[in-house]
Amino acid sequence: MLIDVLSLLPESWVRHLPVLVVLGPMLLSPICAAMPKWRIAWALALFGIITSSVFAFALLQDVMAHGRISYALGGWAPPLGIEFAADMLNAPVLVLVSVIGVLATIFAMPTIVQDINEEKRSLFLSAYLLCFAGLMGVAITGDAFNLFVFLEISSISTYVLVAIGGSRDRRAFTAAYNYLIMGSLGATFYVIGIGFLYAATGTLNMADMASRIPEVADSKTIHAGFAFIVAGLALKAAMFPLHQWLPNAYTYSPSFVTVFLSATATKVAFYALVRLLFSVFSPELEFQQVVFTWVLAPMAAVAAIACSFQAVFQTNIKRMLAYSSVAQVGYMLMGLSLASAAGLSASMFHMINHALMKGALFMAVAGVVMSLGSSQLKDFAGVARKAPWTATALGISALSLVGVPLTAGFLSKVALFQAALMQDWWWAVVVLAISSVLAVLYVGRMLETVFFKTPGPAQLQVKEAPLMLLIPLWVLALGSIYFGLDASFITSLTDGAANVAFSGGQP
Amino acid sequence: MSNELLISLILLVPLLVAGAVLALNSIPDVREAATLVGAGALFILCTVLAIRTGSGQEIALESPDIALGLTFAFKLEPLGAMFAMIASGLWILNSLYSIGYMRGSRERNQTRFYVCFGLALFGAMGVAMAGNLFTLFVFYEVLTLSTYPLVAHKGDENARRGARIYLLTLLGTSIGFLLMAVVWTFAIAGNLDFVEGGLLAGKVGPALGSVLLLLFAFGVGKAALMPFHFWLPNAMVAPTPVSALLHAVAVVKAGVFTILKVSVYIFGLDLLSALPGTEIVMWVGCFTIVVASLIALTKDNLKARLAYSTVSQLSYVTVGAMLANTAGASGAALQIAMHAMAKITLFMCAGAIYVATGKTEISQMRGLGRRMPIVFTCFLIASLSIIGVPPLGGSWAKYELMQGAVDADHIYVVYVLIASTLLNVAYLLPIALLGLMPPNADTLEVAGFKRPGGAPFLTVLPLAITATGCFVLFFGVDVISDFISPVFGARP
Repeated sequence: MLIDVLSLLPESWVRHLPVLVVLGPMLLSPICAAMPKWRIAWALALFGIITSSVFAFALLQDVMAHGRISYALGGWAPPLGIEFAADMLNAPVLVLVSVIGVLATIFAMPTIVQDINEEKRSLFLSAYLLCFAGLMGVAITGDAFNLFVFLEISSISTYVLVAIGGSRDRRAFTAAYNYLIMGSLGATFYVIGIGFLYAATGTLNMADMASRIPEVADSKTIHAGFAFIVAGLALKAAMFPLHQWLPNAYTYSPSFVTVFLSATATKVAFYALVRLLFSVFSPELEFQQVVFTWVLAPMAAVAAIACSFQAVFQTNIKRMLAYSSVAQVGYMLMGLSLASAAGLSASMFHMINHALMKGALFMAVAGVVMSLGSSQLKDFAGVARKAPWTATALGISALSLVGVPLTAGFLSKVALFQAALMQDWWWAVVVLAISSVLAVLYVGRMLETVFFKTPGPAQLQVKEAPLMLLIPLWVLALGSIYFGLDASFITSLTDGAANVAFSGGQP
Repeated sequence: MSNELLISLILLVPLLVAGAVLALNSIPDVREAATLVGAGALFILCTVLAIRTGSGQEIALESPDIALGLTFAFKLEPLGAMFAMIASGLWILNSLYSIGYMRGSRERNQTRFYVCFGLALFGAMGVAMAGNLFTLFVFYEVLTLSTYPLVAHKGDENARRGARIYLLTLLGTSIGFLLMAVVWTFAIAGNLDFVEGGLLAGKVGPALGSVLLLLFAFGVGKAALMPFHFWLPNAMVAPTPVSALLHAVAVVKAGVFTILKVSVYIFGLDLLSALPGTEIVMWVGCFTIVVASLIALTKDNLKARLAYSTVSQLSYVTVGAMLANTAGASGAALQIAMHAMAKITLFMCAGAIYVATGKTEISQMRGLGRRMPIVFTCFLIASLSIIGVPPLGGSWAKYELMQGAVDADHIYVVYVLIASTLLNVAYLLPIALLGLMPPNADTLEVAGFKRPGGAPFLTVLPLAITATGCFVLFFGVDVISDFISPVFGARP
């Protein structure tokens, strides 16, 4: 289904693809900051992210054709130098992040006019590019310490992005501050963990680490390192109960930031967790199995139920979707903690679908909020009448969130069920089923309000979202339907990813 | 026309109708014509389909693997062909009726109404033709979602509340139980195809099989087995044509059809009769039959009474399937057809009375039959069919079910059926008879027509046709039972 992007690129570029996916946005970021006209900065950002996504696609095709690609940064050969490595586990993540990035950037055009003061817009876009580059970097790097660096690049710029919402709603400042404290804790934990691993193995290169860990696996150093790393990354991925930063950050940041973060940031952190757990450590390690069965899986179950339950009682639609995100992270962690190829594949499948639907949901909500000025659920009464296109896309994505057949969300849920059944984890299936029923409750409440309640005078002022918002919104919504009818492309990618994870990172 | 094309067209026509209705929003007459033409075309296609199925042709269509080894597959067998015929045939009559009803009572949002109807028929056709459990599940959900706006049609607090219960119960049970049963079956059998003799036959023990059966029986909320029946009375807030076609025919029949299909092709009658769970489901079914009838007795609202009657009658099919022998299962299949014809008549009568007089309570209808003789006569005929009086269709279904109960040595089922018949008499006959009797001696007052001229012609014609259909089914029963007999093996 892909055009052969690879053959369109000159040979000399293809060799440098791994670094090119990060380089463009990163170099454009300071240029953006200096732009006096924010529209030029926006065009530059869009250009940078589009090139990045083209390179990501090319890289994916290269990996599909040739297997793992290793790139030595600055010509210093790994394991001493920093290595960028692309394989089937991270190439799909790169494509996901960059495609969402392109759509989010288009979406940014109409929304930042409303949300952000004119003099700050260029700076805002600059921070956004930096955040994007950081996320791509986390996904591409093959070096454990370098991953920390990129994680911090993306996180620190994210704090800025969230805090910019403060000019409209001052609660964004506390949300950003909270996020900063929690995020820094997470990053610190991660780097402490890496320190332990370095002490035990003497290397920072992931592939190298993976080959040395089994010899020293039974030491306290490795155990401690493992615990720090899992806690740090789980915090970034908003794993229950380390998710407290997320609802406020999603609710009060500018709508563009919410869309971008919900569809990418937690996904990349989740990827990093998978990378560390499966291709640095290994699910065969005894202590890791204990953590999977007794820590990750129960936490995932609690998240899937408790956070869905919390979502049911939210009055703010953005906050409701934020809690739903935490619950969905629970789904992914559940698949991961099965420690099987099927489980991991299902979890990655769900991760991709969730990026599509949550991105679309937040976009649609933003589209209505633009002319309504409120994100309270009760204020959404009957807005479908005045904004049918926005509301329909919202409806489609919401159904995908519930996991209604003919949407992508259904297939990934079935995949999760199946993977759990393969290991006789009946309780996990029951948990996911209960969580889905709760999702019917909160999604049903939202859809009923949007489509069937009688609009008041304020709602009759609602206008259809601008075209620049509708286009990315509908691309995502149609994506949810398309992959609900034919998900063979995604599953081939996620199966490949699971394959890589279980063959220890080697092709 | 090739068989593949036939299947595609049957799925496509309802969608095209929905699209055409949407496009013709501003010209109501042409919009309604589109629905009627589409319904007619669909019925012809389904007839062709049924004839080909009856002649033993292999009619199947399968999509490539969409993910995880799942495919969309369509494969016709007699039960499905029969269901498709019933749903599409009654769609024509119901569309005529809808036009009369919706215009007669000046409903708003008529375009949305007809669009959702088209989508619901799309769902029903998919359910009827599904060739594996996955496809069946998908279209089952399409049917749920497309009918939700129809239930919420009025848009007031009451309608939204009813629709909320409707959606939550149906989606909740299907996601909570049915999906789990489907995936579990997939995990055990490795595929989800409908297999003659049963996909799970020889693959599950009694305990696991019983758990699966219970998940299926309660997961198919549309079959309205207690305690998951309450969505149906709540769905009665919908306009009457919706109650008539969807909540007496397409939606609820899709539910019991799923039960029947799962019993025959997933479990297989042999496995089913060996499972202890079968007995439990049968008990619940019998309980539902009796208790729903008793509740119906207490309802003064005509549509509510009919709804509880439907709940009770649906469990006939479930019980018939659980008898797990030829007579029981074919009685269940006949009940689908017979009850559809009679119950749609009853609902259309209720709607005609409402459009003409605005009355919804049974106690207000005394003597009304003198003013609306056709409507009340048809109501009487359909009531007698439900009760099971020859020469009306319903009698055959009841006869076969009793035969099945005796064959299976479940004598209590026979008593339940007899008790239910008496209860049917008690809650259905008074309505028609009181209507046809002279008005109260002390008041001498009969409800007047709210709408000048009484019920519109278009609301009376379809119900007269379906009432006649109840007679026709009695004499034509051989055609149907010969048609479906290959499903259950030879008749004893």
